[in-house]
Amino acid sequence: MASNFELLSEQGLRLDGRRPHELRHIQCKLGVFEQPDGSAYMEQGNTKVLAAVYGPHQAKGKKTESNDVIINCQYSQATFSTAERKNRPRGDRKSQEFKMYLQQALSAAIKSELYPRSQIDVYVEVLQADGANYAVALNAATLALIDAGICLNELIVACTASLSKNNIPLTDISHIEEVSGGPKLTVAALPTAQKIAFLEMSERFHIDHLETVIETAMAGCREIRDILEAVVKEHLLHMGSAADWGRVC
Amino acid sequence: MAYVALSEAEKTFILHGVEEDFRCDGRSRRDYRPMELETGVVSNASGSARLRLANTDILVGVKTEIDVPSPLAPEYGKLEFFVDCSANATPDFEGRGGSDLAQELILSLQNAYESPQAFDYRSLCLIPGQQCWKLYIDILVLECGGNLHDAVSLAAKAALFNTKLPRVTATLLDAGITDLIISDNPYDCTRIGIETAPLLVTVCKIGDYCLVDPTAEEEGCSTVSIVVSVSMRNGEPYLSGTHMTGGGSMHRDTMQNCLQLGLSIGEQLNTLLTKMLKQEQDRVGPKRPKTVGFLK
Repeated sequence: MASNFELLSEQGLRLDGRRPHELRHIQCKLGVFEQPDGSAYMEQGNTKVLAAVYGPHQAKGKKTESNDVIINCQYSQATFSTAERKNRPRGDRKSQEFKMYLQQALSAAIKSELYPRSQIDVYVEVLQADGANYAVALNAATLALIDAGICLNELIVACTASLSKNNIPLTDISHIEEVSGGPKLTVAALPTAQKIAFLEMSERFHIDHLETVIETAMAGCREIRDILEAVVKEHLLHMGSAADWGRVC
Repeated sequence: MAYVALSEAEKTFILHGVEEDFRCDGRSRRDYRPMELETGVVSNASGSARLRLANTDILVGVKTEIDVPSPLAPEYGKLEFFVDCSANATPDFEGRGGSDLAQELILSLQNAYESPQAFDYRSLCLIPGQQCWKLYIDILVLECGGNLHDAVSLAAKAALFNTKLPRVTATLLDAGITDLIISDNPYDCTRIGIETAPLLVTVCKIGDYCLVDPTAEEEGCSTVSIVVSVSMRNGEPYLSGTHMTGGGSMHRDTMQNCLQLGLSIGEQLNTLLTKMLKQEQDRVGPKRPKTVGFLK
């Protein structure tokens, strides 16, 4: 483990030339596919994710007994998405873990009281992995849910943060920063309500810094939310241009 | 296959359309739906292509690895196909739900590429008997709108065309041990010859007629179809494999007609694909537009 590796240069730039608080370039699109009820594509730097949402529909099998909404997620990663070829796209521990975390975070955002005894399927496919896979997958899933017209309390967005050697927090970690041994903190938040729906951390740093790192990740979440909101608005304007929605907004 | 619910009346409508040679979307029996193709979309792979045939969406990534040739074929490199049916396409594919379809696609691709006349395996060999390239052709089915076989084979061929193998030089050390030096320069690379690489054409029998490029609805009306793999050599189409899918049966004469139709369509498709790939390749340098991928 290259733990002596410095994430921040003397000039205050990161390995890919970003400043500590800078996000990677984000591009996204809603409604990429026609068959799912909602779909979205999201690019954050070199991490590229497709998400599709089916439902709400009647819950299948045993699950019908529960009165709540069932949020069924699947996280898979294309075999060619990483630098080393993966042997199988899903079913390994990491993707099972991400699947659970997705379920957790999305249940916090979906207005579950509106969908009793129904099921919502959320499928995420990582086409290219370059760090912060979970965060980008969740952001794409949020967009797909919006495209499917599912009621949310608020956009749920995720962002990662790390801490450099001289205790400067870094936003939106890339793969190279992930593997060079710094700590990694992932936060999924409802930024307007300032609530945290999910938090995960690996490696260690002093608890005194936790507050600043979480704040950095939250700031990243707010920035991503603004970007996503703009995209959603533009998409709706485009979709509704025939009905002259442009004047309403 | 993703299930499409069709009523009897809808089936009759489709059937009559096929009889009149005027299908639901206005095509004749020999026409394909519009296609979009883009190469070089995944930067982590050595070669990649994305093909969208109406509603069928395929993404292919090619990964390379150095391997030892099989003792039975010491002068040949290796190809390995892998298909993953993403749950994005239909919830039926969740978990292991898509593995049957994936297996079928893998088998038909393997069959088509099996013959050394259909693919130049010698070009993948580095040192006979010792080292060769192994190409992993990983196919991801993102949306199913019918005619998966054709779409998958077109995308695979385009991805192979796009694949760049780093140039390898071998040095002979003492005691006959060879050492491989792989070029670090990303522009110092070789391409794979795909002139003979086969394409699959699904010929679908609906009523008494055969047609190509069936939509998901048309596939629902057909009882039997035949997948013809066509490989071009010296400007002539050759058959490099064929298999039947579906529960029905067909007369020998009909099958002969289907094979003829498949061959002639395969030839046309191949010319078209080669032309498009040439155009794509020529768009290099500063004039090359940015890859759009899924953002279009």
